[in-house]
Amino acid sequence: MAIHVGSPPLEGTSKARTVALTVNGEGVELRIEPRVSLLDALREHLGLTGTKKGCDQGTCGACTVWSDGRRVLSCLTLAVAGEGHEITTVEGLQDGGELHPMQAAFIAHDAFQCGYCTPGQLMSAVALLEEGRAADDEIAEWMSGNICRCAAYPNIRDAIREVRDAAGGE
Amino acid sequence: MRPFAYARADDVDTAIATVLARPDGEFLAGGTTEIDLVRQDVLRPGLLVDINDLPLDRVDDLPDGGVRIGGLARMSDVAEAPGVAERFPVISEALLQGASPQLRTMASMAGNLCQRVRCGYFRDAVSPCNKRDPGSGCAAITGFHRGHAVLGTSDKCIATHPSDAAVALVALDAVVRTRGPHGERAVPIDEFFLLPGDTPEREHPLEHGELITAIDVPGAATARRSSYLKVRDRASYEFALVSVAAAMDVRYRTVADIRLALGGVATKPWRARTAERSLLGGPATREAFAEAARRELAPATPLPQNEFKVELAQRAIVRALTALADGDEEGGTR
Ligand SMILES: Cc1cc2nc3c(=O)[nH]c(=O)nc-3n(C[C@H](O)[C@H](O)[C@H](O)COP(=O)(O)OP(=O)(O)OC[C@H]3O[C@@H](n4cnc5c(N)ncnc54)[C@H](O)[C@@H]3O)c2cc1C
Ligand code: SF4
Ligand code: FES
Ligand code: FES
Repeated sequence: MAIHVGSPPLEGTSKARTVALTVNGEGVELRIEPRVSLLDALREHLGLTGTKKGCDQGTCGACTVWSDGRRVLSCLTLAVAGEGHEITTVEGLQDGGELHPMQAAFIAHDAFQCGYCTPGQLMSAVALLEEGRAADDEIAEWMSGNICRCAAYPNIRDAIREVRDAAGGE
Repeated sequence: MRPFAYARADDVDTAIATVLARPDGEFLAGGTTEIDLVRQDVLRPGLLVDINDLPLDRVDDLPDGGVRIGGLARMSDVAEAPGVAERFPVISEALLQGASPQLRTMASMAGNLCQRVRCGYFRDAVSPCNKRDPGSGCAAITGFHRGHAVLGTSDKCIATHPSDAAVALVALDAVVRTRGPHGERAVPIDEFFLLPGDTPEREHPLEHGELITAIDVPGAATARRSSYLKVRDRASYEFALVSVAAAMDVRYRTVADIRLALGGVATKPWRARTAERSLLGGPATREAFAEAARRELAPATPLPQNEFKVELAQRAIVRALTALADGDEEGGTR
C-alpha cells in the first residue's frame, strides 16, 4: 500500500545540543544530550540540588517541579522537552529571601524528619491549593503522589491546612 | 540510559513521517511509560519524536451526545472536562483513581491506552519474558504472579493490562481514531486491545508510525449513571487488583441497559459480555448480580497466588452494581 504521508521527516539527533530553559523565571542555556532528564539537568548541570531524586521511576514524587505552573515529575521529563515551558523548582518558591508561607508552615508543623521528600512535598502542597483540592477529605488523596519514607504525613497535612485557612478558603 | 535521537514535531504528518523514517522511531507523549522503560533498558528506541506540541489535546462534544477526546489530552484535564464528568462519570472516576496528580498532568490519553504492563519480569529487563523478548519464556507463570491475570491468559503471557481509563472506555464502546502511513481509520476499542495468545509482544493493531489522534466516546444516556470501583492493596496511587467499570439503567426493578467491564483481572481491559447478557431484561437484584458475576468469572484460569481474584472480582461486580441500583431507587424517578 502506498504511503500517504507527504511531509518530509525531521532530522533527529542524539548528540549534545544547546537547550534553552526558563527556570525560576531565568533563562539558562545548557549543552546536553536528549537523554538527560530534567531532574539531572537541574541538579547536575544547573546546580539546583533542591529537587531530589528518590526512585527515578515516577513512583515517589521527590522530583516534583512545576511546568507552566502544573506539577510534573522531572525524572520522567526530558530536559530538551522542557524548552518553551516555564520550569519552577523549590528554589523558586521563596520571594526575595522570604520563605513561601508553605515552607514556613512546614517548619512550624515539623512536617519532615530526614527532609529528603520535602522539596517535592512543598511543590505538590502549593500546587494542591492552586488546584482547589485542599478540603480536609481531599488532601491525603491529592498528596498521594509524594511518598514520605519518614511518614511525616499528619504534620504535612497540618501545614497544608494552616496555609489553606490563612488564605481563607478550602 | 542509552542514547537516543530526539525530534519535536508540530504537525501530525511530520510526526508520522519522522517516526516512519526510522524503524526504531517511536512517539513520545507524556513520557511516563516511555522514559521510565527506556531508563530500565526495557525499550530501546533509536529516535523519540516528541508529539506534545501537536494540536490534539482538546475534548469536544459530539453531535450524538458523545465526546471526542484528543489523543494528547492529559488525564487530569479529561477527568475535569465538563462533558466527561457529567455525561461519563465512569471515565472521570477511572482517571482520578489512576496514578498520581503529577503523573496525570503529564500523561496523555493515547499514551494511557499504549502503556506497557507492570509485570516485574517484563520491567527487570533480564528475566525470561515473551512480551519483551519473544520466545524466551514467561517467568511469571512459575514465579511471582499475585497481580497477574485470570482471564484472557495464554501459556505465553499472563500479564494484566494496567490501564484504568481503558476499562471505562471499553465499557462505553469507545472508538480509537488513528492516522498513519495508510491514512485514517477508526478501531472499536475492544478490538484495539489484543489478547496475548502466541504473540504477547503485539498488544494493539497500530502499525509503525500510526498515531492515535482521538478517542471517541459515543453518546449513551445510561452512562450518566455510571461508576468505577477500584480495589487495590493501598487506598491510593496503586494499580488495581480488581476494578469494575459499570453503567446501568434500571426501570421498574428491571435491568433496561447495562455496560460492564473489568480491570486488573485480564490481559486486556475486559468487557464482561457474559454478565451483561445474563442481566439484561432481568431483575436488578443482588442475587442476579451475583449469578452474572459467577458466569463471567467461570472461565477464569487462576494460578496459586492470584486465585483470590476470582472471588474478589465477583464481589466487586456485585458491590458496584448494587450501588448503582440503590442509587436508582433513591433517585426515585422511575
Ligand atoms: C508510578 C506510576 C503509577 C501509575 N499508575 C497508574 C494507574 O493507577 N492507572 C493507570 O491507568 N495508569 C497508571 N500509570 C500509567 C500512566 O497512566 C501511563 O504511563 C500514561 O498514561 C502514559 O501516557 P504518556 O502520555 O506518558 O505516554 P508515553 O510514555 O509518552 O508513551 C507511552 C507509549 O504510547 C505511545 N504513544 C504515545 N502517544 C501516542 C499516540 N498519540 N499515538 C500512538 N502511540 C502513542 C508511545 O510511543 C509509547 O510507546 C502509572 C504510571 C506510573 C509511572
Ligand atoms: S506475564 Fe507476560 S510480561 Fe510477565 S514475564 Fe510473562 S510474558 Fe513477560
Ligand atoms: S525521582 Fe521522580 S518520582 Fe521518584
Ligand atoms: S521527611 Fe524523610 S522521607 Fe519525608
